[in-house]
Amino acid sequence: MTTPMTMSAISDETFRSLTAAAPEIRPFWEAARRGKLLLAHCTACDRPHWFPRVVCPLCSSRDIEWREASGRGTVYSVSVARRATPPYALAYVTLDEGPTMLTNIVDCDVDGIVIGQKVKVVFMERADALPAPMFTPL
Amino acid sequence: MHLPSAYVTGAFEHPTRHAPDKSIAQLHAECALGAVADAGLSLGDIDGYFCAGDTPGASPLYMADYLNLKLRWLDGTESGGCSYLMHVAHAAAAIAAGQCNVALITLSGRPRSEGQATGTAPRAGNSSQADEPFETPYRPTIAGMYGMFARRHMHEFGTTAEQLAWVKVSASRHAQHNANALLRNVVTVEDVLASPVVCDGIRRLDCCVITDGGGAAILTRPEIARSLKRPLVRVAGTGHTMHTQGGGYVDAVRTGAAASGAAAFAEAGVTPQDIKYASVYDNFTIMVVMQLEDLGFCPKGQGGRFVAEGNLISGVGRLPWNTDGGGLCNNHPANRGGMTKLIEAVRQLRGEAHPAVQVKNCDIALAAGPGRVVGSGHGHATAVLVRE
Repeated sequence: MTTPMTMSAISDETFRSLTAAAPEIRPFWEAARRGKLLLAHCTACDRPHWFPRVVCPLCSSRDIEWREASGRGTVYSVSVARRATPPYALAYVTLDEGPTMLTNIVDCDVDGIVIGQKVKVVFMERADALPAPMFTPL
Repeated sequence: MHLPSAYVTGAFEHPTRHAPDKSIAQLHAECALGAVADAGLSLGDIDGYFCAGDTPGASPLYMADYLNLKLRWLDGTESGGCSYLMHVAHAAAAIAAGQCNVALITLSGRPRSEGQATGTAPRAGNSSQADEPFETPYRPTIAGMYGMFARRHMHEFGTTAEQLAWVKVSASRHAQHNANALLRNVVTVEDVLASPVVCDGIRRLDCCVITDGGGAAILTRPEIARSLKRPLVRVAGTGHTMHTQGGGYVDAVRTGAAASGAAAFAEAGVTPQDIKYASVYDNFTIMVVMQLEDLGFCPKGQGGRFVAEGNLISGVGRLPWNTDGGGLCNNHPANRGGMTKLIEAVRQLRGEAHPAVQVKNCDIALAAGPGRVVGSGHGHATAVLVRE
């Protein structure tokens, strides 16, 4: 089993500091602190993209809004780092909404993860980092 | 309008693979001197300089000052390991436009001396890159990323670890003849499969070497090339591209080689079947397979079968490849491949490769490679060179 490094939540001060480089993405991280996965969704072409940005990479529109994702997805590919202690699973997960994101598969036996496996989002809470969305088998 | 051509008149690969007693600036300088000597020119003849992020200061200004070059044209295009193949295209364009007559391209680095865990240390992020907070938390390593591509390729096309091992086997058969190669021992498919798994999809012998060193090339106008005593190697076609992450619609089994290769073949007026020798970047065995498919040397998904038939081995197969031993066995200076790929293609066209791996009547060759990481967004460049 992979366990989170720490369960202590990030402070407001650290949160502001770590989101200062890209203030326009702050709503994503604020939602992540509440356990919600947001997608940047273009209302012009009606498609979400990943990673979030202010110009749609699919149609160039600036009509982007945040929408909450289902948090469900499918493993596109996975590779377990065997030299790390403990080994960890680097993965691409294709969200049910369409985009594929780089992530980790956690809270499971890393030897059992397969391409095509259904997964759901979990957020790793850390005091010294933003709450990154990761996934665990359904 | 058909622009006048540029010729590769100088090529030099630094013989060192471990240089703890030399600065990166010294390595660049030694490579520059080696390339101008190879061409029969001097540093005073250079009026165009091209370099990338490995150079001191990550700008052409610093080595130009160090060498006291008198320049009319500077280019610091940084696109990872394919930068130097992009520089070939840019130098040819600058020469054709009359902006310079003698172009120098240099690459150097010493990751081996500096103890870099190139493939297995999580990549350091840069907070100005908008994707950084969406990558760094997951501790992606180079080996882990390519491990995912290998596993996806296996999933979609049935590619096997045994097939991938043939890429390393082919490189090792060539490297045994290269006195400067870091790894000169011939390995078998069984050796590769018995090597430890680094990240799922990638075994230790699927990985390239980590070496110090570098290389340099000289491109000149046609009339200067003809005045020199070296065989004539013309830049016949070039192509480059950026293969993006697609806004999150990732296809991790395809590379920018499809676009850069097609452009280079079209400009040169040749097809993949015309290529007598190919330098194709080989940081991991899977990357060779994907690029061979995308360049059109075999159908998509058939790269594993193609390499397992021995097609990459000089004197044996249809497409002699990386006859210096490549990045997998010979050299991978500054963790970048483009320059060494160019140099071995020039050796083959000149007939100066090792006799055991020299391709007979090698008159059309290709050099190709990516920059940065496939899947995470990568540049790609291809050059087609012909001997006149």
